[in-house]
Amino acid sequence: MTTRIFGSGIRRREDPRLITGQASYTDDIKPAGLVHAAILRSPHGHARINSIDTSAAAAAPGVIAVYTGADTEGVLNPMPCAWVIPDSDVKAVAYPPIAKDVVRYVGDAVAVVVAEDRYQAEDALELINVDYEPLPTVINPEAAMQEGTPQLHEDAPNNQAFHWVAAGGDTDDAFANADVVVRDTIIQQKLIPNPMEPRSAIATYVPAMGELTIWNTTQNPHIARFVTCLVTGIPEHKIRVIAPEVGGGFGAKIAVYAWDMVTAFCAMKLGRPVKWTETRSENFVSTTHGRDHVEYVEMAANSDGRVTGVRSVVYAGMGAYLSTAAPGIPTILHGLMYSGPYDIANIKADIYGVFTNSTPVEAYRGAGRPEATFLLERLMDLVAAEVGKDPVEVRRMNLIPKFENGHDVAIGLTYDSGDYEGVLNVALEHVNYDQLRHDQAHGREHGRLTGIGVSCYCEICGLGPSQVAGAVGFGGGLWESATVRFYATGKVNVFIGTSPHGQGEETTFAQIMSDELGVPVDDVEVVHGDTDTTPMGWGTYGSRTTVVGGGALALSARKIKDKAITLAAHLLEAAEADIEYEDGNFFVRGAPDNGKSIQEIALMANVAWNMPEGMEPGLEATTFYDPPNFSYPFGAHVAVVNVDPDNGHIVLERYVAVDDCGPQINPMIVEGQVHGGVVQGAGQALWEGAVYDDNGQLLTGSMLDYALPRAHLVPDIETLSTVTPSPHNPLGVKGIGETGTIASTVTIYNAVIDALRPLGVTRLEMPLTPERVWRAIQEAGGHHGHGHSHGHGHGHDHGHDHGH
Amino acid sequence: MKVPIKLTVNGRSHESEVEARTLLVHYLRDDLGLTGTKIGCDTSQCGACVVRMNGSTVKSCTCLAVQADGAEVTTIEGLAQDGNLHPVQEAFWDNHGLQCGYCTAGMIMTVAELLERNPNPSAEEVRAGLEGNICRCTGYHNIVKAALAAAEAISSGAGGG
Repeated sequence: MTTRIFGSGIRRREDPRLITGQASYTDDIKPAGLVHAAILRSPHGHARINSIDTSAAAAAPGVIAVYTGADTEGVLNPMPCAWVIPDSDVKAVAYPPIAKDVVRYVGDAVAVVVAEDRYQAEDALELINVDYEPLPTVINPEAAMQEGTPQLHEDAPNNQAFHWVAAGGDTDDAFANADVVVRDTIIQQKLIPNPMEPRSAIATYVPAMGELTIWNTTQNPHIARFVTCLVTGIPEHKIRVIAPEVGGGFGAKIAVYAWDMVTAFCAMKLGRPVKWTETRSENFVSTTHGRDHVEYVEMAANSDGRVTGVRSVVYAGMGAYLSTAAPGIPTILHGLMYSGPYDIANIKADIYGVFTNSTPVEAYRGAGRPEATFLLERLMDLVAAEVGKDPVEVRRMNLIPKFENGHDVAIGLTYDSGDYEGVLNVALEHVNYDQLRHDQAHGREHGRLTGIGVSCYCEICGLGPSQVAGAVGFGGGLWESATVRFYATGKVNVFIGTSPHGQGEETTFAQIMSDELGVPVDDVEVVHGDTDTTPMGWGTYGSRTTVVGGGALALSARKIKDKAITLAAHLLEAAEADIEYEDGNFFVRGAPDNGKSIQEIALMANVAWNMPEGMEPGLEATTFYDPPNFSYPFGAHVAVVNVDPDNGHIVLERYVAVDDCGPQINPMIVEGQVHGGVVQGAGQALWEGAVYDDNGQLLTGSMLDYALPRAHLVPDIETLSTVTPSPHNPLGVKGIGETGTIASTVTIYNAVIDALRPLGVTRLEMPLTPERVWRAIQEAGGHHGHGHSHGHGHGHDHGHDHGH
Repeated sequence: MKVPIKLTVNGRSHESEVEARTLLVHYLRDDLGLTGTKIGCDTSQCGACVVRMNGSTVKSCTCLAVQADGAEVTTIEGLAQDGNLHPVQEAFWDNHGLQCGYCTAGMIMTVAELLERNPNPSAEEVRAGLEGNICRCTGYHNIVKAALAAAEAISSGAGGG
C-alpha cells in the first residue's frame, strides 16, 4: 500500500516560484504604457472641504491628470455595503469613492494624481491645495453614541449604524436567579491587519470594447467584479478581475476598495493602464482595520460554577463608513457564538454598530469569533475565581458533551460535531497541568510571577450555506464551485472559484484531486484568482475555502469517476456494475491487471474515438456546492507567561494549541496556519493597537509605531490535534485558518492576569504593554491576593471580579 | 538630474542613469525588472526588500541606487546557482517556512547572510537575527526551523552552499 496522499505533509507546490522571486504580485505587473496613480488623503479626522485647487499639481512635471470628487461624482456610484443585516435599521450611508464636501477620517480620499512615474505622482500630491474647515471628531464607539457628540452622517442619528439583538432562552430570568454574576468591560482595541503585501490595483480599459480589467490584491475576485460592476456601471461580463499572487489578506483584502474604483476611473478616462499601490504608511489609514469593540459583558452561574447565562452590550466601531462586509462581523459572526463550546441555556447579544472618525473596519482574522471567545473565556475565569474553583474545572463542567452529528445551542445554531473535553484533556496532559500549577505556586513563593491561561473554543466557519447567507442579509451566495478538466495526456487542471492567498490550496486541492482519482499530485495544477478563467465563487475568508471549495472539488472528481466507470465498462466490454476502482485503475472485478487507467480513460474521452452510445466527449465536470451547514472547529489552548514585576515586561514562555479541524489534508499546512494564527492573536494581546488622538490622528501610523510580533518575541508554538469529522461536507473537514487567532488572544490575556492575581491585578486593557502592566502592579500594590476591580460593571450592583 | 551608476547585479554588470533620489529597490524592480525583491513598508522595518550588497545585507528601500554605484548586489533571483536552489531556499521549501511568500525573499537573503556569519546558530540566535524582518503568516516557527535546517544542511555539505 502506498501512503495516502490525503493526509500527507507534502511540500507546497506553490513554493518554487515564491522562494526564487519568480512570483508576480500585483505591483510586479507592468502592462505596456503603464502610468501611476497616487491618492491625496485627508490629514483631518473630520473636516468640511471648502475648496480644492489642483492647478499647480496638474502643471507639475510628468502629471497626466488630476481628479477630485467633483470629477467622479455621478460617474462612479457610491461604494455599496454588501452585508445589510436584517431587522437592525442599518444605515447604509453614502460612501463616495472620493470625498467631495466632507472628509470623515484621516485617510479619506480627496484627489488622485496620475503621472508618468510614481515619484512624479507623489510630488504632485504636495502641490494640491485643499482648504479644509476642521470639524470635531469622535473615535471611541461608545462615546460616539452619546448625546451631543460630533455627528458623522446626517442620516445616522447618534452615529448609530445599526442595532442588532439576538437571544435564546431568558437571560433576565437567568441573571435574576443566579447565585453568582460576574461582569467585565472588555476593550477589543482597533487593530491594523498589515498583510505584508500592501494593497495594489492595476486597471486597463479598452474603450472600443468597453472592457475593464483589474489586477487586484483581493481575497475574492468574483465579488470584486460584482461590486466593480455596481460602482462603475460597466456590465459584469465586460469586467475581468485578476487576483495574481496575493501576499496575505487576513480580512483586509475582502473589501472592495474605493481606491481600486478610482484607479479604474483613471484608466477609463485616460485610456491607459493605471497602477495604484499604497505605501505601508498609507495602508495604515486606507486599508480596513479590525475589531474595535467596547463590550459590557456578564455571566450568570450557580454557586458551583455551572453557567446559566451570558449577555452583552457591545458598541462596535465601524469607522467612518460601512465597509463591504462590516455589519455582519460583530453580529452574525460574533453574537451568534456566545455559547462557544459550552452548554449555556440563556444568551443575549445586544450589539450597536457605530460610526466613528476612523478608518472603516472589516473582517480581521477570526472576525467576531475572537471577540466572542475572549468574552466567554474571560468570564469563565471570573466565574472560577468567584466560586473558588480551578478555571479548568469550571470549563469542564460546562462543556457540551461529545456529539457526532448535530447539537443545538440556545442561540439557534446547530453545531456539526465536537469533542470539547477530548481536546481539553489532550492539552492538559501535554502540558502536565497539575505540575504546571505546582511549579507556579512554588515560583510565587520565590517572587516569580508565572501565569497559566487555559481556553476552550468552538468557532463558526466554512461559510455558507447560501440560504442562511440570504436570511442574514449577506449580499451574495456562500457556495463554491470547482471544475476538473482532464486533458488527453492525463494531466489535470482544477479551476476553483475561491481565491487562496498564502494558505497553500494549490497543494491541498491537488492532494484532494489526487486522492479522489489516483492521478499523481504533480499532474494536477490548480487555477484560481481570474474571473475570466475560473467558475464563479465567493472567495477566501471565514475559513471556507477547503470546506466549501474543497467539497465542490471532491464532488466534481466523483462525477468524473462516474463517467470513467461507464467509459471503462464500454472499453472493457463489461457491465458497469462489474467495474471496480482502485488507485486510478478501473477494472473488471477480479482482473485488476487488465484495467484501464484514469489516464487511458482521459485520452479516450478527449479523442472520443470509441465512446459509449450517447456519451459526450471530454472528461470534465463542474460542481456548484452549497454546504448544508457551517463547520465548527474547536480546540483547547494553553499559554504560560512570566511577568517581570519590576518593569511589567511579559515573556510568552510557552504556547500549546490543540485543535480539531476534522481530517487534515496536509498536516504541515494545518500546523502552519495554527502557528501564524496564534502569533497574530498574541499580537493583539501583547503589542498591537491603533491609537488615535482626540483629533482623529492615527498615532500608530507606521510600522515604527505599531508593534507587530517579531521573531524574538514569540516562542515555538506546540501544536497537537484530534480528528472529529464534520458530518456536513463531502470531506468531513473544518476550517483551520482562523482558530489560532480566535483562541490565543484571550489565552495569553488570561495567563497574564493569572500571573498578576497575587498582586491584586484582575483586569487590564490590551495591548498588555510593559507600561500598562507596571502601572497596574503599582496601583494594586499592597493588596496582594485581595484585588477587587473598581466599578467596571456598567451600572450593575454586584459581581466584582475577585482575585480569589 | 540623472546620475550615472555602474554596478553588478546577480553577476551581470549594468550601467544606468538614475535620478539621484531613486531608491535601490525601485531601481532593481523598475529598471532591471527584478521584482523578486519586495516593498513591504516605508520605514525600514519589515525587511521584505533585503538584498546583499558587497556581501552585507541591506534594506534596499533605505538605500539609494547611487549608493550601490560600484557595488556587487545579489537579489533573490541570483541566489540559486546553476539551477540548484540555495540550501536556505531548499530549507524554506522543506519546512513550510513561507505562506503568502511576500516576506520570503527578504527572509531568505537575511538567513543566508546570518548563516555565513554564524554557521551553527541556536534558535535564539536565529530569532535575534530576524529582528529586522517581519512575517505576518508563519508566526516565525517554521522560518526558524528552516534556518536551523539550512545550517545543518550547509555544515554537512549537503547543500553545497
